Amino acid sequence: MIAVEHLTKEFGRTVAVRDVSFRAADGEAIGLLGPNGSGKTTIMRTLAGFFPPTSGRVSVDGIDVGRDSLRARARVGYLPENAVFYPDMRVRQFVEFCADVRRLRGAERRTRLAAVLDGCGLTEVQHRLIGHLSKGYRQRVGIAQAILHAPAVLILDEPTVGLDPRQVVDIRQLIRDLRGRTTVLLSTHILSEVSSVCDRVVIIDRGRVVAEDSAADLARAQQRGERTLLCVAGPAAAVTAALRALAGVEHVEVEPGEDGSARYTVTATRGEPKPAALAAVVVGRGWGLIELRPLAMSLEDLYVRLVAPHDEAPRA
Amino acid sequence: MNFFALLRKELVAYFTSPLVYVVAAVFYALTGFFFYTQLVYFVQYGFGFNIIGNFWVAFLAGAPYSVSMVLLLVAPLLTMRLLAEEKKLGTIELLLTYPLRDGTIVAAKFTACSLVLALLLAGTLAYPAFLTSSIQPLPWQPLVASYLGLLLLGVSFTACGIFVSSLTDSQVVAAVGTLGVLVLFWAVSWNEAATSPAALRAAAALAMFDHFEPFAKGVVDGGDVAYFVAVSVFFVFCTLRVLEARHWRGQR
Repeated sequence: MIAVEHLTKEFGRTVAVRDVSFRAADGEAIGLLGPNGSGKTTIMRTLAGFFPPTSGRVSVDGIDVGRDSLRARARVGYLPENAVFYPDMRVRQFVEFCADVRRLRGAERRTRLAAVLDGCGLTEVQHRLIGHLSKGYRQRVGIAQAILHAPAVLILDEPTVGLDPRQVVDIRQLIRDLRGRTTVLLSTHILSEVSSVCDRVVIIDRGRVVAEDSAADLARAQQRGERTLLCVAGPAAAVTAALRALAGVEHVEVEPGEDGSARYTVTATRGEPKPAALAAVVVGRGWGLIELRPLAMSLEDLYVRLVAPHDEAPRA
Repeated sequence: MNFFALLRKELVAYFTSPLVYVVAAVFYALTGFFFYTQLVYFVQYGFGFNIIGNFWVAFLAGAPYSVSMVLLLVAPLLTMRLLAEEKKLGTIELLLTYPLRDGTIVAAKFTACSLVLALLLAGTLAYPAFLTSSIQPLPWQPLVASYLGLLLLGVSFTACGIFVSSLTDSQVVAAVGTLGVLVLFWAVSWNEAATSPAALRAAAALAMFDHFEPFAKGVVDGGDVAYFVAVSVFFVFCTLRVLEARHWRGQR
């Protein structure tokens, strides 16, 4: 469980995070989304116990991180952004060091070490120097140290940055496997990552929460009108006119295609006309209906709409 | 315990990197050179001593001073990585979000580096051992006093080094900065003509050399011990404050 209540963090005169509140239930995966410098890392560092909040309350698993930092940190696994870990240590040596720091002992230590090395695909490279590993493997080492003690809360700051597509898929799968057992907070500026891994999204901009909901609900709520894509074989001008004549249609956009067909994007007020009515018009006039599909607003559109354009702020 | 896990990690870091071996080689080459030349000097110009009867003076009049000088030069090379490297790599963020107190982290680093310096010093016991076995037994009391002094010096150097290392993420800057602070502390009372008598007394109270000299002469004074303990505590305290600065600075 994660609870962030009215979190404000100031560094001198800079306000990195201003009055941010959100919650994550047990086993939920939350995506923290926002442009660079929006305060994502500051929120995550506060949750990880790196520094206390200036004001507000942050708790993990019911423990106040600001007041009882050590106890809270014992329940958190944290992958910092761009950490290099210890290049002169061997993978196993490093993970064993983490096990000692986390006070794992005896049989529990052995089973957790084996489970984590295996689960993160590190068994084969366990005797190699971390500095000699590829970026993807190093990131796995980072995740291994974060999940070693089976934490109640897992905080991952940009876990897939700088990885190749194959490695990104692997890491996402690793995170998906944890969902349900562990509360996951993940920051990213890759939108597809949020929709593929997270249950809910919190969008941060310039230190404030600008939206919070499930990815699908957010997109639906932000959508002003419903949009439908039609692909029709027929005279473009006549088709456009016929579609425009329907009740509720606000706007029709035409994009000429091949073989005399064209793609029409119909924007309508909510509820009218129904897709069936659109199809009936086209088929009724004897034109060829090739495709008809409602367009959902993508997270990308939503993000661009919510996050005001501004110059990249310096990182706090 | 957490402390021992950290201590082991620090010691492994020292002994898996080539630096400590290079430092040891230089340390023993220099101290060995000084030991040899001082011995030859003493034998040739014995200052009216009964050379054979007081042979141990040949060692104790020179070796503690030359070992302390070489220690001053190599200590920054061993302390420079302690926090600067963690800051550079970003691993400090990892350590500071593990369930570890800042004090435990600093204590482990401090202890590890002090142990390495103690190990270097222990190696120089070969010189008195050589004299004892081949020429004449040395009296052990002044020997113990001078090595206690050297050990306290090493611990103070470590404390100073870890503090400077906490200020930067560049190991070179940490080494140069530490060397500067240590040399200043060492020699601040050396030029009597440059200052008034009152200021000179203050400088002598501050100077590491003035507090080390009695040890080298075989005298253990409580005040001198307290001085080195105070210097160490002061720098460790400063280091902890620097680590705490992340609370309001935000940087790691």
